[in-house]
Amino acid sequence: MIELLVKNTLRFVILIIFQVLVLNNVELGGFINPYLYVFFILMLPLETPGWLLLLLSFLMGISIDLFENTAGMHASACVFMAFCRPYLLRLISPREGFDRGSKITIQKFGINWFLTYAGIMIFLHHFALFYLEVFRFSSFFSTLLRVILSSVFTLLLVVITQYLFNPVKKN
Amino acid sequence: MKNIFVFIWRNHFVFLFLILQSLSVYLLIQNNNYQRAGFINSASATAGNFLNVYNNITEYFSLKKANDILAAENAELKKHHPSSFFRYDVQVFNVNDTVYRQQYTYRAARVVNKTVNKRNNYLTLNRGSLHGIERNMAVITPVGVVGIVKDVSANFCTVISMLHVNSKISAQIKNNNYFGSMVWNGNNASLVNLVDIPSHVKLHKGDTVITTSFSAIFPEGVVVGTIEDFELEPGNNFYTIKVKPGTDFRSVSNVYVVGNLLKNEQVQLEEDSTND
Repeated sequence: MIELLVKNTLRFVILIIFQVLVLNNVELGGFINPYLYVFFILMLPLETPGWLLLLLSFLMGISIDLFENTAGMHASACVFMAFCRPYLLRLISPREGFDRGSKITIQKFGINWFLTYAGIMIFLHHFALFYLEVFRFSSFFSTLLRVILSSVFTLLLVVITQYLFNPVKKN
Repeated sequence: MKNIFVFIWRNHFVFLFLILQSLSVYLLIQNNNYQRAGFINSASATAGNFLNVYNNITEYFSLKKANDILAAENAELKKHHPSSFFRYDVQVFNVNDTVYRQQYTYRAARVVNKTVNKRNNYLTLNRGSLHGIERNMAVITPVGVVGIVKDVSANFCTVISMLHVNSKISAQIKNNNYFGSMVWNGNNASLVNLVDIPSHVKLHKGDTVITTSFSAIFPEGVVVGTIEDFELEPGNNFYTIKVKPGTDFRSVSNVYVVGNLLKNEQVQLEEDSTND
């Protein structure tokens, strides 16, 4: 329990620092803005109660907002993403259900399952975020392109980070 | 009554979602409202101090460039110093203070945080109300315009960058005084568009674009950038002019915050005239 708390707190702080100091300065053709900090919400334990999930996501979003001068934008996208998480997990759960206390890792659930889970979650988050940012539908398709490109890039970062945090054990 | 609580408890996930979501949207709308100061921003003490520490480290990497710009400016200022003039007159003149009254004040500030890759970019400076910074002051560097102050806290302020989709800075072409507005389309940090220049004006690549005297915010004649490219679409009465900003927004670190001492007078007068 304590270990879980420490791990998630550390993840929370490190991801914010990395997002604010490194990723926010990444500029890739003006179309790609990776938001790796959603990794925190993706990795919350499966048993996290709904209210805690929402509150933590809100906290994560508002912390990023604090540094980006975008009050409410990331918070709103994060809360939306957290809201969708239980429904998505129910939809793509393995046939026999999740084991109690199992961590969300590629090693446990397989790369296909993880990509589906993370991909859909990231897309939902980026979709909400980028449309809130432009706040209009007039440039619908150019925004959609940014959503898709950024989602792919974030997904790539999430998979890499996942392997970094949970290295493959050799026999 | 009991049933209501049972209902809320059973659906607390949805209700909490709705509460947090409306809170976020409320903050978002409040922040987008230009007239009101937002309170969740990097001018707040926690974020500001954190970014300040980080900036103290990263600043060293751009020190050389910052030094070059400051040295160039010093040379320019030295040129105007009385000691660099040769006195031709024999009589002694007293400088009469009633002829020249100071209109603009300059305060040096350092950029502690910035973005260039968003649609709406902001900068955070390490000067705030304690140093006399107020909303709507102009922010410039020796080589170009940066933006306009938005929110001010005790020790920090946030600046709406020229690279902001809603930013509109009045500008003119230096050699013929035709004026228009600088607008940013949100894609490229090194290109800002100058619009509203009529099609009969003769343009050249490399022409300097400067600020106009119409705005009560920017002093006249501050360099905005140079014309990189321009085109006239068939059937259009106005040019599409691409301007390369003088400021390199990716590496900007030392700026001046410019206050206009006569601004209130001008704004008040103009308001009175339009209200009639």
